[in-house]
Amino acid sequence: MAKLTIEDLKKIKDETSRLNSLRDGPASIKITVHMGTCGIAAGARDVMNALMEEMAEANRSDIRVVASGCMGMCSSEPNVTVEVKGDEPIVYQLMDANRMRQVFRRHVLLGEVQTDFALAKM
Amino acid sequence: MRELSLHILDVVENGITAGGNCIWIKVEEDTKADQLKIAIRDNGRGMPLEKLQNINDPFITSRTTRRVGLGLSLLAAAAERCEGTLRVDTSPGKGTEIEATFRHGHIDRAPLGDMAATITTLIIGNPGIDFVYMHRIDGGEFSFDTREIRAQMDDFSLSDPVVIHHLTESIRSSLEELTSHKDST
Repeated sequence: MAKLTIEDLKKIKDETSRLNSLRDGPASIKITVHMGTCGIAAGARDVMNALMEEMAEANRSDIRVVASGCMGMCSSEPNVTVEVKGDEPIVYQLMDANRMRQVFRRHVLLGEVQTDFALAKM
Repeated sequence: MRELSLHILDVVENGITAGGNCIWIKVEEDTKADQLKIAIRDNGRGMPLEKLQNINDPFITSRTTRRVGLGLSLLAAAAERCEGTLRVDTSPGKGTEIEATFRHGHIDRAPLGDMAATITTLIIGNPGIDFVYMHRIDGGEFSFDTREIRAQMDDFSLSDPVVIHHLTESIRSSLEELTSHKDST
């Protein structure tokens, strides 16, 4: 029977324990991936996975990722909303894995809003 | 949807919206009987009966942002075009179970796709919700339960992207093992 063993998990934990202590701070950036039926069909899962990989590399404790439902803009899915504390939320449209990587590296990490991909400033 | 795993991701989100805090996902592949079964159960508030009668109608939805609900009707259509069915059991206050069957070798059956990505996307996007995933291929079985992980790893954070990344790889390789085992027998 193939099963994820506790040893596997311990190993994962050892690899990440150095990070865990850093991850309890307050969140100053929130990234929402909209994952309704429309978003999922348009590729939101790939966007979420690319975001996870970038997050794993960036090693920042103040960024939160959440999934939400459809926001009624199905034709522009996959949509991603980036909320930096103190700034207006930016909704990005027609996202894919590469666009997500660019938004993460430029907007989330460096604060440069990627207006080419933006749907609206809310 | 291009993959059945995307249908699963979608329908599970329904269960979470219905207020469930634990979701059971079961995938059973029986190549001898030529059947694929996907069952998704939640412990949310259940569905009213009048909605249940019109489950395949995309214009029946509990959403308020627009008047079309596609998730379940898309899954029903996917199952039906593979000589399968969609069955929904619901009891108000207890939860809902959805079971879709497919003829495994049907030419129109979409591939199952990346189940590992579906599971970890659910985990990362829905902190506080538990997921139980069981995948059976003929004799072999893979199971995964976030409640076990939480119990074993006290301060273990399932919202840590590094952990999630490893988890995805780990589930993916377990499923590959399961599939290759099936091919060799």
